[in-house]
Amino acid sequence: MFVALRDLRFARGRFLLMAAVIVLITYLVVFLASLTRGLGEDSTSGITGLPVDHLAFTVQADAPPSGPGGGPTFTGSQVEQAQWEAWAEVDGVTSAQPLGIAQVRATSSMPCDTVPAFGIEPGAGLLPDSAADVADGKVLLSSGAADALGAQAGDKLSIGTLDVTVDAVLDVTAAYAHTPVLWTSLDDWQELGAHLAPGADPTTVATVVALDTTSDDALAAADDDIGTVTQNLHQSLSAISSYSSEHGSLLLMVVFLVGIAALVVGAFFTVWTVSRSGDVAVLKALGASTRYLLRDAIGQALVILVIGVGVGTLLAWLTTVLLQSVVPVAIGVSTTLLPALVLVVLGVAGAALAIAQITRVDPHAALAAR
Amino acid sequence: MDLRLDHVTLVYPDGDSTLTAVDDVSLVVPSGTTTALLGPSGSGKSSLLAVAGGLTPPTSGTVTYGDGPPVLTPTTPRDEATRVRLHRIGFVFQQPQLIASLTALEQLELLAHLRGDRPASVRERSLEMLDAVGLSAWAHKRPGTLSGGQRQRVAIARAFVGEPDVLLVDEPTSALDHERGVEIIELVTALGRRFDAATLLVSHDESTLGAVDASAYLLDGRLTARPAAA
Repeated sequence: MFVALRDLRFARGRFLLMAAVIVLITYLVVFLASLTRGLGEDSTSGITGLPVDHLAFTVQADAPPSGPGGGPTFTGSQVEQAQWEAWAEVDGVTSAQPLGIAQVRATSSMPCDTVPAFGIEPGAGLLPDSAADVADGKVLLSSGAADALGAQAGDKLSIGTLDVTVDAVLDVTAAYAHTPVLWTSLDDWQELGAHLAPGADPTTVATVVALDTTSDDALAAADDDIGTVTQNLHQSLSAISSYSSEHGSLLLMVVFLVGIAALVVGAFFTVWTVSRSGDVAVLKALGASTRYLLRDAIGQALVILVIGVGVGTLLAWLTTVLLQSVVPVAIGVSTTLLPALVLVVLGVAGAALAIAQITRVDPHAALAAR
Repeated sequence: MDLRLDHVTLVYPDGDSTLTAVDDVSLVVPSGTTTALLGPSGSGKSSLLAVAGGLTPPTSGTVTYGDGPPVLTPTTPRDEATRVRLHRIGFVFQQPQLIASLTALEQLELLAHLRGDRPASVRERSLEMLDAVGLSAWAHKRPGTLSGGQRQRVAIARAFVGEPDVLLVDEPTSALDHERGVEIIELVTALGRRFDAATLLVSHDESTLGAVDASAYLLDGRLTARPAAA
């Protein structure tokens, strides 16, 4: 790094410009990664927080819209009593509970709002807080729903056509399709008519069957027998309308930005390496090995990347901390350090491809006048 | 150590045919002396210098430093030639070829770094060398702030700081006026004598070569007697 560090100091304007570009790209990548995860959690935490590992959907031939690749959707799935009971008998399934999900209009002291109502059987163990339970005529609110509705324990609410009492506010983050969740008993949920989509069979009891399994060996065969499509919790997120397209679009932006970062770094070091090919020829003529020169140049790229990515990550982290109360951003290793590491690794890879030109510089060129 | 070139031939590919840049040249430069290599443009002077310095492998023939076995042959691996340049050869190029980001002192310390030593370990010697070329007051200046002559002096100091067995100098006065050219040749010759290096100096300007010990004339890649008009 003898020459590399002095080059950094000598051509500080050029390197600062490059570092500034990396800072901006890193800022965008980290902030977008935080936003992607934050929006994802805002859309799925009600599902990912379920204490089960699989969900069994039905796919109605005439139930639009279908999920990605024609998969199931929560809005199109309607399970019947017989399907729920059949799942409870499948080998490897330790628990099969009906779960109803529907958007309902809720009215409290605040203006009317639309919230997802999760209908579950009392004692089913599908709540994120195992100490709480649902009961007829009562609802449980997630903290987000309580804030949105301006309600607290003991308040009266109207959900759809039902008048209910808030039994408790659970201190959990549970949202579905960007709206905080409330929980009702399955009977109340059915009474809301939420299970009866237009044209639905009156025997429909819930949206999906939530399964806790010890083995998924028998799931495919059971699906065929029962007429359902079973997915693990992660796969089932794509059944939330708009989640896949939203998440996929944001993720694509992050991936493109990371790719752009690698290309920008590679382009910069291509130009830089070409401009210093005369110096490289002289260094080779003086006895510098190609390995020494590559190490020197890669080290130089690494210094710029680490500084640029470090500053960009810090700025993005500060922004997300400041905005997390008003913007759905999630801060964690996977949204800060992981994208930063990927940027450094791909940046070094881009620089390495450019710097590889050093191997082709002929020391004989040092004899030519410059 | 003497520099010995034995039957060196260098042939370049030239389209469908070949071009013989150096043709069966044998030459000995005794240790501590300077031999000027003269000849018109395109006569093969720089090509011979490139072979003597391991920048280009000879097509045939060998290069020997001292009494040992040949150090550069047609089959010498590139890495080995690099090691020879690093430890046994000093180069002074036509242009000073200094690294723009390094100060005069760092240009000299660089060699220690290339050899795997701490640059500070040669600081004292580097300062002595800069003093020997009359630039101790410019030790912390970068090339951009030095004159052409000063830059060439730094390049000469850089060539000698590693105590090379062989010094190869390629037209060091081409960018200098006559008076400075003479000074540079005298400096190279004196330092070569002081450090006991075998110095081969390519030049096309005989008027600056009063200080050299011997000269050889190259024409069309072959050593020949100097033409009367030359």
